Amino acid sequence: MDFSFLFSNFFELSITGLVLGSVYALVALGYTLVYGVLQLINFAHADVFMWGTFVVAWVFILTGASGSTTLLGAAPYLLIALVAAASASGGLAMLVERIAYRRLVRKRALSYIILISAIGASFVLSETMGIRDKVVALIDGIINAVVGLFGGHIDIVGWLSDYTSRARGVTTLPLTIKPQVVFSAGNFSVRDTDLTIILAALIMMIGLDQFIRRTRLGREIRAVAQDPEAAALMGSNSTSVVSKTFLIGGIMAGVAAVLYQIKVGATTFDLGVVLGIKAFTAAVLGGIGNLRGALLGGLLLGVVENYGSALFGTQWKDVVAFLLLVLILLVRPTGLLGQTLGRARA
Amino acid sequence: MSEVQTAPSTVQPLLDVDHVTIKFGGVVALDDVTFEIKPGEILGLIGPNGAGKTTCFNVITGVYQATSGTVAFDGTPLKGKKRYQITKLGIARTFQNIRLFPSMSAEENVMVGADVHSKVGILRSIFRTPYFRRTERESRERSRELLRFVGVNADPEDFAVNFSYGDQRRLEIARALATKPKLVCLDEPAAGFNPAEKQRLMQLIHDIRDAGNTVLLVEHDMNLVMGVCDRIVVLEFGRKIAEGTPAEIQSNPDVVAAYLGTEEDDDDTA
Repeated sequence: MDFSFLFSNFFELSITGLVLGSVYALVALGYTLVYGVLQLINFAHADVFMWGTFVVAWVFILTGASGSTTLLGAAPYLLIALVAAASASGGLAMLVERIAYRRLVRKRALSYIILISAIGASFVLSETMGIRDKVVALIDGIINAVVGLFGGHIDIVGWLSDYTSRARGVTTLPLTIKPQVVFSAGNFSVRDTDLTIILAALIMMIGLDQFIRRTRLGREIRAVAQDPEAAALMGSNSTSVVSKTFLIGGIMAGVAAVLYQIKVGATTFDLGVVLGIKAFTAAVLGGIGNLRGALLGGLLLGVVENYGSALFGTQWKDVVAFLLLVLILLVRPTGLLGQTLGRARA
Repeated sequence: MSEVQTAPSTVQPLLDVDHVTIKFGGVVALDDVTFEIKPGEILGLIGPNGAGKTTCFNVITGVYQATSGTVAFDGTPLKGKKRYQITKLGIARTFQNIRLFPSMSAEENVMVGADVHSKVGILRSIFRTPYFRRTERESRERSRELLRFVGVNADPEDFAVNFSYGDQRRLEIARALATKPKLVCLDEPAAGFNPAEKQRLMQLIHDIRDAGNTVLLVEHDMNLVMGVCDRIVVLEFGRKIAEGTPAEIQSNPDVVAAYLGTEEDDDDTA
């Protein structure tokens, strides 16, 4: 155990832990929101996030971003990517609700049946991304079968090759974002990318918290979370409220995707597996259904993971993090902040 | 009292329950029940336990669908309408066992009801446009007004769960009124009330009617029902056995027979 390394790098380890924790927290929100209104775990949520990271990469390819630049230099691309990823992830989350959930919820299916349906949606989302070259080839074949009748040919596979190459490998951003040291003291330094990610995540969390507390839709979401039947009799269309809840969770995942790409700059089709478990863990750690719990759980998980790898070595990262989860839940089975979306008043 | 509305039979009924039958599997919960509620009246629905009062209530508010027969509100058939759509049409209800949003303030509970009619989109709330802030303020003021109207004295910003039992019941009535209903359905509003509170409730039901609403009251307490209702419908074993003014009902031999030996000792089941 390398205590001296942990102590001498404590500040830096905390910062980088918070960076990863911010991403966990934003993804965790999606789990917690859906759990709040449906008492179900949306296992496809991490794949909605994964699609967001690809949309970021595609926006960079499409806009011709290349080389390496600072965060400020990449800002225009990132802003476009933010809008695109938030829309894509939000839309995709609504689609998941529409296809994998709505009918089953209306028919009052048992929760594990809906769980299986969500796992199915998760696999479809990740595998479609993993064979996107073959999907494009299929579409190309169908379209050219028709266009060929008129003697033409459209090279869809060729056009999209930049986006579909190495479908099962790692897709990296064509533009490298070079972190700048904002300030340093002693042996630790704080980079602009890290600060931006943490701040952006905090702003999103506070914004969402206020939204749920203060707006009409937020009030409606809380009403449905606390008593769906009474909410319906007060004129709430719960189907529409649930759909909007998925949308909000998806948007948060889209933002998380951009922040993740700023930090990591690469993604794969199966990213959702590990990140999904981490984010779900964060949600449970903080108290599933509790928005502030998701924030706390995410940040805590990120930081502890980092301390764990510093103490015992990187391979121990997940052991330490999940051991902590087990210990905390043994003492507090409802998570750190407990309560549900409705009860948390936020 | 709006004599103009209640007087002649030519007035179109606000609610028309027409030969409604409901079966759950082989059990007939409601058997060919027909009655109507005229605009502006206070109609009582009574009967021994298990007579089908709450079932009847649930058909009207869209919780159950009739197996046969129709329910029409203000000329609109309710068949196939979802609960939230029925609320938007103008039927509001309270619950026999109180169902407030426990972790919202009293004020917010009422605002959820009031939100039915506000047209504020997501973007308007995010950017807190002047329009949004105005409707929000109006909704808040209306909520406080309604809380005063029903006689809730506790702090409107306190959580609903912290309220006294009586205040919770009154808060539920305020929440129902916030949806601007034409018909207010009260499911055993006096359950658990002491005589003084029952007296206040009778006054409140009159006030609700005088404010332009029509009231459907399901209640066990005979003094309250007889004291407040214009007309009464009596159910027994899912069938309607009598209908008339309180005086007529009290002297109806069928009703007396139905109630003989059935002490009203249980307020919670139905």
